[in-house]
Amino acid sequence: MNKPKKVLVLGSGAIKIGEAGEFDFSGSQALKSLREERIETVLVNPNIATIQTDSRIADRIYFLPVTHYFVEKVIEKEKPDGILLGFGGQTALNCGVELYDSGVLKKHGVRVLGTPVETIKATEDRELFVKKLTEIELKTPKGIAVDGIGLALKAAEVIGYPVMVRSAYALGGLGSRLCRNSGELKEAAEMAFSHTKQILVEEYLNKWKEVEYEIVRDAYDNCITVCNMENLDPMGIHTGDSIVVAPSQTLTNNEYHKLRAISIKLIRHLGIVGECNIQFALEPSSDDYRIIEVNARLSRSSALASKATGYPLAFVAAKLALGYSLTEIKNSITKKTIACFEPSLDYVVVKMPRWDLKKFRNISRRIGSQMKSVGEVMAIGRKFEEALQKAVRMTDIGAHGIVCNDFSYDIERELAEPSDERIFAVAEAVKIGYSCEEISKLTGIDEWFLHKIKNITEFEEKLRKNDFDGTGRELLLQAKQLGFSDKQLSIIFNVSYLDVKRKRDELGIRPAVKQIDTLAAEYPAQTNYLYLTYNSDEDDVKFEEKKKVIVLGSGVYRIGSSVEFDWCCVNAVLTLKDLGYTTIMINYNPETVSTDYDVCDKLYFEEISFETVIEIYEKENPDGIIVSMGGQIPNNIAVKLENYGAKIIGTPAKSIDNAEDRYKFSKLLDELGIAQPEWKGLTNYEEARGFANRVGYPILVRPSYVLSGAAMNVAFTDADLETYLTRASKVSQEHPVVISKFMVNSKEIEIDAVAKNGEIVAEAITEHVENAGVHSGDATMVYPGHELYEDSVEKVKSISAAIAGRLRITGPFNIQFLAKENEVMVIECNLRASRSFPFVSKVGKNNMIETATKVMMGVDVNCKAADIKHVGIKSPQFSFSRLTGADPISTVEMASTGEVACLGDDVNGAFLKALMAAGFKLPKKNVLLSLGGEVNKEKLLESAKKLEGMGYNLFATHKTSTFLKENNIENTMLHKIGEDTSPNIKEYLSKDKLDLIINIPIEYTASELADGYTMRRKAADFAIPLITNRQLARLFVDALSSKKIEELDIKAWNEY
Amino acid sequence: MAKLILSDNTTFEGKPFGADASVFGEVVFNTGMVGYPESLTDPSYRGQILVLTYPLIGNYGVPGDEKDEFGLVKNFESEKIQVSGLIISDYSEKYSHWNAKKSLSDWLKEHNVLGIYGIDTRMLTKKLRENGVMLGKIINGSGYVELSDPNLRNLVAEVSVKDKTVYNKGGGKKIVLVDCGAKLNIIRSLIKRGCEVIRVPWNYDFPKEEFDGLLISNGPGDPKMADITIKNVAAAMEKDIPVFGICLGNQIMALAAGGNTYKMKYGHRSQNQPCIENGSKRCYITTQNHGYAVDMKSLGNGWEEWFVNANDGTNEGLRHRTKPFMSVQFHPEAAPGPVDAEWIFDKFLEMVK
Repeated sequence: MNKPKKVLVLGSGAIKIGEAGEFDFSGSQALKSLREERIETVLVNPNIATIQTDSRIADRIYFLPVTHYFVEKVIEKEKPDGILLGFGGQTALNCGVELYDSGVLKKHGVRVLGTPVETIKATEDRELFVKKLTEIELKTPKGIAVDGIGLALKAAEVIGYPVMVRSAYALGGLGSRLCRNSGELKEAAEMAFSHTKQILVEEYLNKWKEVEYEIVRDAYDNCITVCNMENLDPMGIHTGDSIVVAPSQTLTNNEYHKLRAISIKLIRHLGIVGECNIQFALEPSSDDYRIIEVNARLSRSSALASKATGYPLAFVAAKLALGYSLTEIKNSITKKTIACFEPSLDYVVVKMPRWDLKKFRNISRRIGSQMKSVGEVMAIGRKFEEALQKAVRMTDIGAHGIVCNDFSYDIERELAEPSDERIFAVAEAVKIGYSCEEISKLTGIDEWFLHKIKNITEFEEKLRKNDFDGTGRELLLQAKQLGFSDKQLSIIFNVSYLDVKRKRDELGIRPAVKQIDTLAAEYPAQTNYLYLTYNSDEDDVKFEEKKKVIVLGSGVYRIGSSVEFDWCCVNAVLTLKDLGYTTIMINYNPETVSTDYDVCDKLYFEEISFETVIEIYEKENPDGIIVSMGGQIPNNIAVKLENYGAKIIGTPAKSIDNAEDRYKFSKLLDELGIAQPEWKGLTNYEEARGFANRVGYPILVRPSYVLSGAAMNVAFTDADLETYLTRASKVSQEHPVVISKFMVNSKEIEIDAVAKNGEIVAEAITEHVENAGVHSGDATMVYPGHELYEDSVEKVKSISAAIAGRLRITGPFNIQFLAKENEVMVIECNLRASRSFPFVSKVGKNNMIETATKVMMGVDVNCKAADIKHVGIKSPQFSFSRLTGADPISTVEMASTGEVACLGDDVNGAFLKALMAAGFKLPKKNVLLSLGGEVNKEKLLESAKKLEGMGYNLFATHKTSTFLKENNIENTMLHKIGEDTSPNIKEYLSKDKLDLIINIPIEYTASELADGYTMRRKAADFAIPLITNRQLARLFVDALSSKKIEELDIKAWNEY
Repeated sequence: MAKLILSDNTTFEGKPFGADASVFGEVVFNTGMVGYPESLTDPSYRGQILVLTYPLIGNYGVPGDEKDEFGLVKNFESEKIQVSGLIISDYSEKYSHWNAKKSLSDWLKEHNVLGIYGIDTRMLTKKLRENGVMLGKIINGSGYVELSDPNLRNLVAEVSVKDKTVYNKGGGKKIVLVDCGAKLNIIRSLIKRGCEVIRVPWNYDFPKEEFDGLLISNGPGDPKMADITIKNVAAAMEKDIPVFGICLGNQIMALAAGGNTYKMKYGHRSQNQPCIENGSKRCYITTQNHGYAVDMKSLGNGWEEWFVNANDGTNEGLRHRTKPFMSVQFHPEAAPGPVDAEWIFDKFLEMVK
């Protein structure tokens, strides 16, 4: 075996729709796998919140954009002799192919490990792909690859409408669409060609079953299929947006093994070395099939398959890339058998997507061939009904299961045109008498799944015929076996969930703990990868360990909560391990590293709900639970857990309540004499209106206990206020809604800190580039702050100290401030780790989670204030191109799906790198300015001059153009899209003539936003960089004018 | 209500489905996730109560019993359900598949076989893994049945065909298939390769037939019970006739060559057994169903171990160094399970001149 000495691994960058935490998981596994071989690792990944970018995982870490330019620079500097392309999603794969094509890899003697690039190309280029498959007589959908719109239309004539349009080298079905006629095709093709050079016009496999196989091959031609998965939703709904079940449920032996054999034949023919994923369409009324696509890399599905089976696909794939045979690798669960086998499951796994579509303005809620979900959950059970109901709850959208929800739908429409709520509509349809056969015809969902859903709805009705006291053991047990939660039962019986818990305890109805062991109990498992089920009589494990701590994970990724909290959880677990504790992790998100069973001592792949956590707590009897690492989900159940007698480690639950409850917290600030925007607890609309008119709009409406501004809104009018109040009180029924004066033109400052018994032991103060009004999750953050007044910093520190003292904080916390002139006001406080903890920890090289965990466990720490010479900038990553119709603008409701951070010797350099890392392309020549209002125009005048000075061609909308001309800045006026006059923005957008659009609305009112909407939306559709914030625009122009790309420093983390 | 009672009196309660009967047998588990119609009709399960570790069973119903052009039932591995009883966790009463004709329960009823569901099959499997396979019975309601050890019976004789049958007459190579409980896919696999298959009972005096190659099939129970077959195979080997054994056939070959077999603790019953071809880095994922194994050390120098189980090191195949004898412990005919080892049939036919 010719093992390399130094290997470069490419990460996937920011979390975006289609590329999420799963690549932190696969990258981390690959890096661990290499480290075990004593191979030096170099990692390029600007996603600073990932676990893979920790020094425990990789040797040399570059927080740089995963693009040809930067990776080449890193190669020149590090001189690796091998590179892995398959562990950083489509981003890494595309970048790797470019580096190969341009000869950079060859020039520097970098060997591509694992699947050869030519094979990768054969899977990515549709024409090549079809050719390859035809060679071995495998079937693909009838399709024609084209590179122009005219050819696309011709192709569709040949195939016949409806057709599917798909892009080559695309991610998450980007640009793929169902087209019923030439008009739709023209539009879809136009859009697709803005992202890709080649598209495929394909036959539409309406309502065929969608089945996936995860396959592994080594260099000795050994092949295994690690997992197969069946989509509950048929073809036409992107697999990322489908409910997926593992293993397949409705396939016979013949079908299962036919597809398996085809998969193996294909992977051999292609010459994959490592892992790949194959997607099939299977005709529901015969065993006819089509191969839809092959992903010659680790994928979302492979992460799911790893978690579903316990088979560490990425870890194994990395070993295979080095030249090992499958027979030389041990099964890491049994530690006795080998990795050359196919896992056998004795449970069923249900994956469900999580959408956040409600957060976006103007978006279409319909789901289809383009992925829109931002996260996913995985539930495990021994009945499908049990797993399905768990999965629904895990998505954390306020649903208690398949039934007992307070939703309403247009059932007919949902069945015909699915949205993110279809599964509930299906259950409702079953309830009101649609037959499973009818629903299956309408939706393409196999009847088997529908019958299972019917089991749930029928059982609910059965339960409703009983009263609580009369419900006996048998009925209650059956309910639990079908996945009904205590909460659902409490709704059905109109009692409290604690009454249900009490009754269960009395009747001895408790879940059993089962192990995932890859071999269905044929061999004993040596790892504690666990789940709970009521369909069992026996616990697989013992609970004898002493000195143990439960850490609650972050749950499902959604806008506002993603890999950052996983980083916090994993670091807490690792610190606890170092301190000698047995660590227990509870989490259910398959895209995380915390759910890798080798991170903690015991992993419960389970719901993070009061009910489940208490069941585990009562079995394990640990020293306590840490709720402050996983973000809002664990935080929200802290009080309930403590009230039930569970020990919460760190800040007392009562304090958490005092910070989370907006009313209590605002009162507390008043008591402490700390400034805050004028506020009022909500009693009724009339009073709220009175308050609003007194202090003046805009008014911020905020429910309690929410993350990332869910249902947080800024009201500009009485009508807004009424709408938002209704919405907010629905989101936080159990907790008060507070309204406050919304401060504009203020600077935002945040502190991330750790306190011990109310005294701060570590802190980091960051500054937002954007003024208040942009959600902190969408803001560009600078650390250490570069434009803060000394005085403001002192105030931030003293206020934080006062709050920490009053709330007796022990552990991590975050406070957000507004600074205007000399005043500093508090707007928000969270007694938990925040999104920015990994950012400040890594920029400051001071792991604040390690510190927090230590103080929570009573260990002394000694933190010196860091003297940071460099600067870190965190930039948001948006996924607007996938969110059809959504207005690509940042407001108080968070819209970004992820973030990146880059380091630099100065702000300008770090900022340019961060922007590029978030996918922003620096403009070449044409820039469009559309500046709303006088202030924006005046404040950006200097920037416009700089742009002109740098030689950019400026275009501007009507008033902006006049203003610029008055100030002697040369520009071309473009008419707005709505106008029919030339020259029009429209022509410039569709002809790909603009490199950057700077569009700053006057204010974020609905009517103001409507004006520039079409332009912004088109920018997103045509992948034109867009800036919508004045402060950001100014910083951008400053940075652009101060540095050339060649002048940006290329340094590893440890070189700062 | 139904009860599963193991020989150590451990009792599991569940719900009955299928026939209104009470049954007994050797309780064994299979970890395959698909293929219950194939498994239940596999004659190697004769005398056994089968535990399926995959919890959701019955999902795609049961296909019809139509026959193909050679007179073989299309969808099963024999013409009847062979297991004595079936133990599962969750039964899907409602099934869904284009090719299904009836529910699993109705099918069991037709064949007078009892099933029990609602059992913690993982707990049961762990018990069987730790204690080794056990005898047990399933009692339906107030039924009664006496427990006895099926391995004391000549199970091979129970499942073997009674008369010689020829398939694909006039085909190329003439293969005598000694039916010790042969799965029909062995016959299908040979026909597919153009062979004429002469299927004969386990105790048939096949040396008198005219043929090109001999295949000793899979089958239930202790290989030593098939004494007549062992004697006949030994006689054929004397004449250097090409012989190929599958599963029980592997054990019978070893016994015929003077070797020994032993009972395993809980056997191999699954679709994911990795078998390494000795002297290579190749490993095949195979389907298996056996409770006895060949003791490799008991065989003479002329023999070599062809395949070995990567997990527990047990024998998975034999080959004679100089003569045309080969056998595998796994099932190259699959059904159910992966078809990766199908090439073994080609290997056998290459050996048959």
